[in-house]
Amino acid sequence: MKKVYVNEQWCLGCHLCEYYCAFANSGKSSMIKALKDRHIAPRIRIEERDNISFAVSCRHCTDPLCVKSCISGALSIVDGAVMIDSGKCVGCCSCIMSCPYGALSHSEAGVIQKCELCKKNEFGVPLCVQGCPNKAIVYEER
Amino acid sequence: MKYVIIGGGAAALSCIEGIRSIDKTGGITLVSKEKYPFYGRPLISYLLEGKTTLDNVLSYRPADYEQTHGVRAIRGMGVTAIDAGAHTVALASGEILSYDRLCIATGSVPFVPPMEGLEQVRDRTTFWTLDDALALRAMLGDNKDKRVLIIGAGLIGLKCAEGILHLAASVDVVDLAPRILPAVLPEEPAAIVQRRIEKAGVRFTLGDSVVRFEPNLAHLKGGKDIAFDVLVLAVGVRPSTALAAGAGCAIERGIVIDSSCATSAADIYAAGDCTAQSEAGTGKPRVLAIWPNAMMQGETAGKCMAGGEASFDKGVPMNATGFMGLHLISAGSYDGELLLSRTPDAYKALYVRDDRLVGFIMLGNIERAGIYTSLVRERTPLSSIDFELIRETPQLMAFSATERAKKLGGGLL
Repeated sequence: MKKVYVNEQWCLGCHLCEYYCAFANSGKSSMIKALKDRHIAPRIRIEERDNISFAVSCRHCTDPLCVKSCISGALSIVDGAVMIDSGKCVGCCSCIMSCPYGALSHSEAGVIQKCELCKKNEFGVPLCVQGCPNKAIVYEER
Repeated sequence: MKYVIIGGGAAALSCIEGIRSIDKTGGITLVSKEKYPFYGRPLISYLLEGKTTLDNVLSYRPADYEQTHGVRAIRGMGVTAIDAGAHTVALASGEILSYDRLCIATGSVPFVPPMEGLEQVRDRTTFWTLDDALALRAMLGDNKDKRVLIIGAGLIGLKCAEGILHLAASVDVVDLAPRILPAVLPEEPAAIVQRRIEKAGVRFTLGDSVVRFEPNLAHLKGGKDIAFDVLVLAVGVRPSTALAAGAGCAIERGIVIDSSCATSAADIYAAGDCTAQSEAGTGKPRVLAIWPNAMMQGETAGKCMAGGEASFDKGVPMNATGFMGLHLISAGSYDGELLLSRTPDAYKALYVRDDRLVGFIMLGNIERAGIYTSLVRERTPLSSIDFELIRETPQLMAFSATERAKKLGGGLL
């Protein structure tokens, strides 16, 4: 299955992936409407320090600890991708406790959000990857 | 191959998935005392709080799950005995099931210490099953006029308090321990959580216990009397081991299992809250009654029952919860050098021993806590990472570039 992978050496630390992620999952028609004057809560996050930077988002593990820890059944594997049903999520944070990558976070709605590879929004393929100017994140089979 | 699973919780569900990952056709029969399909037991407080619905609670798995997984589920049915020699399980209905491999996933049962006058209290319940939660909801009614007394300030008692606060006239919590969450938190973070819960309106009487009940009154040892309409007994739970003991399985508080989740009896496995598994390191059997552990053990048992290779011995105590909006995540043990950081909205304690992070507590800001959990679980040598960096905040930057490339570029779990 195709997943988002990180080529750390190409990351410019521009944070565009974060903006594209927030836009892709906003349901708004343009980036301006989605992002202008808003505090964004993207599902992909840049870590940076000195001259190193890289993006972190869900690894879509084949044996995900988050899914095993989920008490509500909100997290499940659908066609190889780890998906979240936010209607079922109670925000207990067991997934945040379990994920070794720190890839799940709180959404603005108070429950948990994570990368779903843009499978649920209109883009269908990860917009963060499309928006990355330097191929520091790629969407491919490995 | 014929499989029988006793129990209907997380470990039983995960056992089915373990079996089916290897054996697609062998007959699986599940016998569960509760009448409901699989549900997340910890959800019951969230249900009363209104953070989820009964429909959602009962759809932990799709409605056709048993059909699609080839499971005959006998629910609302007790098991009276296991005959390990004959490889049979006797049901309360009189039916006898034979098995090639058996998994005991009977979970925990609430422990209610003897208390004088308890039987005179009409509206009383434990808080463990969905039926308990529904009974409690009915006792509270819709008039927000019931005074509730909860015995036990552990996770169960406090989640119950949070769940029903908006439905009750008042909520009192009594615990023998001098602090709340005595099994989960040391003094300082416990006090922080207590203040938050008190601010929301819950009253605590700690270091005290009930010596005698009247129908609507509890007399405490310290001299205080607490009037109530509804009593919740949340003192604790114990592994449910009677059936396993009857079958000849070794018991040490829980059913003793090895890393393949096999008990001491041939062809009998066990998983979840009812078990005691050797702790990595000390080798002593220990009961670890938490959801993730039940899921890991259930899967391991299932795979091994089906003849596959699997082992699990990385059980680590851990809890993710929260009270009145204050998030709490803790994992591991607190036996180590304490590295503390406090900010106005967060408390963080890391416990370090012998170049390892052995445990941690995060209150308030719990972002990316799983990175700490993984250091505890994997026993990562702290000298192999940038500990000063990760101590500040959980981050992958603290790992070497090679390790990061593995984590983010492939080599997935």
